[in-house]
Amino acid sequence: MVEFNLPKNSRIQVGKTYKAPAGAKRARNFKIYRWNADDGKNPQTDTYELDLDDCGPMVLDALIKIKNEVDPTLTFRRSCREGICGSCAMNIDGTNTLACLKPIDECKGDVRINPLPHMPVVKDLVPDLSGAYAQLRSIEPWLQSDTPPPPDGERRQSKEERAQLDGMWECILCFCCTTSCPSYWWNGDRYLGPAVLLAAWRFIADSRDENTGARLDALEDPFKLYRCHTIMNCTQTCPKGLNPAKAIAQIKTLMLERQG
Amino acid sequence: MKDVREALMVSRNTDGKLVRRPLSPHLQIYKPQITTAMSILHRITGVALAAGSLLMVCWLVSAATSPEAYYSVRDFTVSWLGRLLMFGWTVALLYHLCNGLRHLAWDAGFGFEKDTYKSTGLAVLAVTAVGTILIWLVVLLGGAS
Repeated sequence: MVEFNLPKNSRIQVGKTYKAPAGAKRARNFKIYRWNADDGKNPQTDTYELDLDDCGPMVLDALIKIKNEVDPTLTFRRSCREGICGSCAMNIDGTNTLACLKPIDECKGDVRINPLPHMPVVKDLVPDLSGAYAQLRSIEPWLQSDTPPPPDGERRQSKEERAQLDGMWECILCFCCTTSCPSYWWNGDRYLGPAVLLAAWRFIADSRDENTGARLDALEDPFKLYRCHTIMNCTQTCPKGLNPAKAIAQIKTLMLERQG
Repeated sequence: MKDVREALMVSRNTDGKLVRRPLSPHLQIYKPQITTAMSILHRITGVALAAGSLLMVCWLVSAATSPEAYYSVRDFTVSWLGRLLMFGWTVALLYHLCNGLRHLAWDAGFGFEKDTYKSTGLAVLAVTAVGTILIWLVVLLGGAS
């Protein structure tokens, strides 16, 4: 449902400020969303002043520095620090991206960091993605076929067939795109969102998958697929440079084509 | 229909007590995107055009009714408020028309590359601006009042 304002318990208040150590030459403010289940307060924005001369180049470096040296209670997900695990997806400087791939220098003024938009917050920068994961499960993201594999054990693809999957297999399921989509914000209970639809198209387009008909049947629904109104926030924000909007359009086209 | 995401808004704190989770900020913090603005503008201009077509119906009905009725509607359309509304509808019509073509292309599967949708967006804005100016130059200078 469309709800422009945040619920009362979600409105953000001003939080604490942590000053940079004396003598910092290149100080920069990091304004970070904080919430925990224990203090009974609304979310608040804490300000951490860091000396960039004493900090790595990426936003994730700053977060790790804060957690190690300033405030160990700051909570966020991270793992690979090289843009392949998708854990550190968050809203930085107003758009969704991976903290490990976002240079601090690209942010103008204060670096504002929020959790992925319009999601339930577990703690600080950690959103609950279980709804999106359940939607991913619903499209059955694995190869399905009735015919047995050839005797040599592999289902082969031509180079052209394999090339069909470029731009889709690279998706790391960070859900930056899904949580940037206003349509998903308002209808995320029934609209599957760009990341899951890109995954759906990945298996529809795979020459080895024999379940295209059933996959399309499952998406033939006013909400699951057709809430995409080509707003393009998904493609605009994807930290891997992929194009979920185009994948969704290709599903829609195939839907039409099979009607004959 | 109840929003099933409601189930994810409930959690427990360290003591095991139920707490309600906050919803992370969205419109409040997301940096405005040209693509998003153009998308919502497409809807807004669509609504404005639907409302504008009422005035057009009034105009047609008045023309079919009597010269007096026709002149009273005409007096409104040449008043400053009427002109302002007509100007707004010119903008809305041109924008909705051009952006509608863009949407048609998308529906047919074209124009999804980043550079393409940016340049087609700019083209829509440019055609809307130039077209509106041209139409109103003809209206104001051509004396077609």
